[in-house]
Amino acid sequence: MDAIILQILNGLDKGSAYALIALGLTLIFGTLGVVNFAHGVLFALGAFCAVAIQGLFSTSFETIDETRTDFLGNPLKVQTPYVEAWFGETMGGVLLDWSVPIAILLAVPVMALVGLAMERGLIKHFYKRPHADQILVTFGLAIVLQQIIKYFFGANPIAVPAPDVFQGSFDFGVMLGFDPFTIMYPYWRIVYFGFALAVIAAIFAFLQFTTFGMVVRAGMADRETVGLLGINIGRRFTIMFAIAAIVAGLAGVMYTPIVAPNYDMGMNFLVLSFVVVVVGGMGSLPGAVLAGFLLGIIESFASMSAVIELIPGINQVIIYLVAIVVLLVRPRGLLGRKGVMED
Amino acid sequence: MGILEVKDVNKRFGGLQALGDVNLSIAENSVHAIIGPNGAGKSTLLNCLVGKLIPDTGSVMFDGQSVLGRKPYEINQMGISRVFQTPEIFGDLTVFENVLIPCFAKRDGAFRMHAYEPMLAERDLVAEAEAMLDEVDMLAKRDMLASYLSRGDKRRLEMAMCLVQQPKLLLLDEPTAGMSRADTNNTIDLLKQINAKRDITMVIIEHDMHVVFSLAQRITVLAQGSPLVEDAPERIKGHPKVQEAYLGHAA
Amino acid sequence: MLGLNRKDLILFLIVVGLVVFAPFILNPFPEDSGLARFNAGYPDLMQRFVIFGIFAIGFNILFGLTGYLSFGHAAFLGIGSYAGVWMMKLLTVNIVPAIIASIVVAGVFSLVIGFICLRRSGIYFSILTLAFAQMAFALAYSVLTPITAGESGLQLSLNDPRILEAGGGSSIPAANFFGLTMRDGFEWALGGWVFTFNFGYYFCALLMLVAFYVSIRIFRSPFGMMLRAVKSNQQRMNYTGLNPKPYTLAAFVISGMYAGLAGGLMVAVDPLAGADRMFWTASGEVVLMTILGGAGTLIGPVLGAGMIKYFENIFSRLNERDLNALYDFLPDGLQGVAVSVSQMFVGDGWLLTLGLMFMLVVIFLPGGLVEGGQRVSRLFRRRKKTKTDDPEHHPQPSPHVGE
Repeated sequence: MDAIILQILNGLDKGSAYALIALGLTLIFGTLGVVNFAHGVLFALGAFCAVAIQGLFSTSFETIDETRTDFLGNPLKVQTPYVEAWFGETMGGVLLDWSVPIAILLAVPVMALVGLAMERGLIKHFYKRPHADQILVTFGLAIVLQQIIKYFFGANPIAVPAPDVFQGSFDFGVMLGFDPFTIMYPYWRIVYFGFALAVIAAIFAFLQFTTFGMVVRAGMADRETVGLLGINIGRRFTIMFAIAAIVAGLAGVMYTPIVAPNYDMGMNFLVLSFVVVVVGGMGSLPGAVLAGFLLGIIESFASMSAVIELIPGINQVIIYLVAIVVLLVRPRGLLGRKGVMED
Repeated sequence: MGILEVKDVNKRFGGLQALGDVNLSIAENSVHAIIGPNGAGKSTLLNCLVGKLIPDTGSVMFDGQSVLGRKPYEINQMGISRVFQTPEIFGDLTVFENVLIPCFAKRDGAFRMHAYEPMLAERDLVAEAEAMLDEVDMLAKRDMLASYLSRGDKRRLEMAMCLVQQPKLLLLDEPTAGMSRADTNNTIDLLKQINAKRDITMVIIEHDMHVVFSLAQRITVLAQGSPLVEDAPERIKGHPKVQEAYLGHAA
Repeated sequence: MLGLNRKDLILFLIVVGLVVFAPFILNPFPEDSGLARFNAGYPDLMQRFVIFGIFAIGFNILFGLTGYLSFGHAAFLGIGSYAGVWMMKLLTVNIVPAIIASIVVAGVFSLVIGFICLRRSGIYFSILTLAFAQMAFALAYSVLTPITAGESGLQLSLNDPRILEAGGGSSIPAANFFGLTMRDGFEWALGGWVFTFNFGYYFCALLMLVAFYVSIRIFRSPFGMMLRAVKSNQQRMNYTGLNPKPYTLAAFVISGMYAGLAGGLMVAVDPLAGADRMFWTASGEVVLMTILGGAGTLIGPVLGAGMIKYFENIFSRLNERDLNALYDFLPDGLQGVAVSVSQMFVGDGWLLTLGLMFMLVVIFLPGGLVEGGQRVSRLFRRRKKTKTDDPEHHPQPSPHVGE
């Protein structure tokens, strides 16, 4: 029992990332009708916002402290981060420690800009082109963005730790009445899950309760009619694209303490997120979220050593297998509307 | 026994009864029109005949065999061809290839792999396709891409593609929808010619009464998913039930 | 002749000429000139030209004719490679069984995978193929390590059984074709030039010519016409009594076998198979080759494959020193800027160039190089003739098959 709970918990953080990326993909597909192969790279861009902030906060200048010596007896060279010099040692330390959450402040405008530029500069011209062209051009863009990240940050993963307060794990076992240390769950993962839920809730509330959201939902259901009503759907769609980019970016920023970001992380997540979208039902937002968490948890169960012993390698392929079965048995996905993109 | 026998066909979409107890018998080599106001179930009925939809209950027999549960291509192989409301042709292929494809389909069935011999080496089929193009006056446009044709020509081409298969039954879904008067009259003449020259049964779904009364030998009026009247054209004109169906009780 | 019409025959003969004389054509610069680095006439690269040519020709039969965009075709290349190396390990280092096995095994896999993936079309098909390829990649790296040798890659070893061969020997025998060693060849120095003739290249080239010839026959056959009909209008196909599924599946299997052949040839010239050959970027690369050259055209994929492999070779070999030399004519400050900007695109940055090329082609030249060539030649023709050209305003059927 405790093992099951542990696996469910473990699945939640990856599931959250899948759900957030898939949500953005679905928003873009549902509103603009575009298959965005560059969406995974937006996730990676978000993650590298955190890397950039950490790098910025730890940029140091070197001073020589005559009062102390290193082990060779020379005067000690001391690295002082600029933030400590400017804001005082405590404040500077806190800033550096909290670089991941602070990176959100950078990620939102950056991702919004990237999203706007992408939609206005490129995607807009592909609305009327075949899906194959959309896939290809966004695929090319994904390669380009990925290489740009690699150019600036190198090919190796860069670890960005969570703030000290969130280091360590929470003992769920004790809370639920099991033995201590049976269900340990890192604090930061709890934060990530909560954050993902908050973002998802915000998106749904935005679509549900604002007029803007209403128009977008109407546009997702029947784009032509909404266009005929004289509503400038194009501008709203641009904004939706930016929002989807921001969501992917935020998912990336907060994910950095869980897995050290690497320049090609976006593509791995992209392939999986497409699978998530397909399983959830192309164009269905609740479907994307549900399938995201579901697949995260399934993957986590498949990674249990008992399961791997039974079916070797299952953890590597389980998500694809689920997707293949879903596509063949229920092509519209778990929550997809009947008749939408069933072919 | 007609060539096409539709018995007690019902089809529901959710709460909507699209077809209710439709019975229809279409005599061989006749031209039979199905008319009715919008939403009467004409297209649903047609889709049930070609295998696109499967009726909830009832039977559809063509030439003594049931068509239910068969795929559209199997039904076509039985001898039913269909002309669509907007012409469905192979836009990326030449006019000639458009007609050649059904020739292959008729001879080789649903699938056969001739991946090596050039298609032009099939002289019989090439001659057949060219004769067909000649019959519909399109030989001059033989090598044009089909998507560049005018709408009237596309319709002609589609008819040629259907006819070259020598179907026993030709289903026409509003063949003159969106056409100019001149094009409509051309189409009527073409259909008359076809009917005169061949042993073919035609079922026409049409809004344009001019077309219906120029061609049909029998007319079925469909309203709210059920046949209202079936009779010869001259008796359908002015039939009180028909007027009621089209104009409501005010008439 | 050869069952081809005049136009196709000319095209085929041109390709034959290019392939046979490639060692000359690709080595236009004398050995000691500064431009020698732009030569491409060495065996390794020429082999890659023709092998990827085969891969792209096969992919074009699926994507160019039926319009089904597979994003996982590299999986078949990888599978073919593994099958090939195993044949060389188990039977003999003669490459014939290896190549046959790679075609057959890739064909079987593509039959199974194609049967499943073709239940869907459009984006779903692309995602399904991508999922299968990623699955194959993940498995090759993890559980299947006993078969695939995981990260290190599958290669020949001295202890291999090689049951069709006389045992003994203190070194691994070289891959050969009935005694003709693949890496053998001879050089011919002529003035300042050195031309290399390599047996492995000519063997691959011969198979590429066969593959190209078969693809012309397929394009011109009723089967090819049906495949174009699949792309054009499946609804009409169904109502014409044709079942599009087996046609598409046949195209999928044929293109999978082409990929398998390419994979088999890769191990024939270099007996090593790694999982990275199946990664999705490799699948993306063949898509790009086909599109760059012109999807649905006969010659396009060959051109595209050659272009991309050539640029890959040139770009990824350039380094800072070369760039400095290249921008030597600029003033110092500008030179530094130019070099550091260009550095993004060369060496490891080649992928960035590739991505940009991909985007530019899709945006500006969806018909690929072939369409570009047609546009240019039409421009010239229009200039030559006067305005009386095109009196009835016949629409130009632009990227028609095989032109």
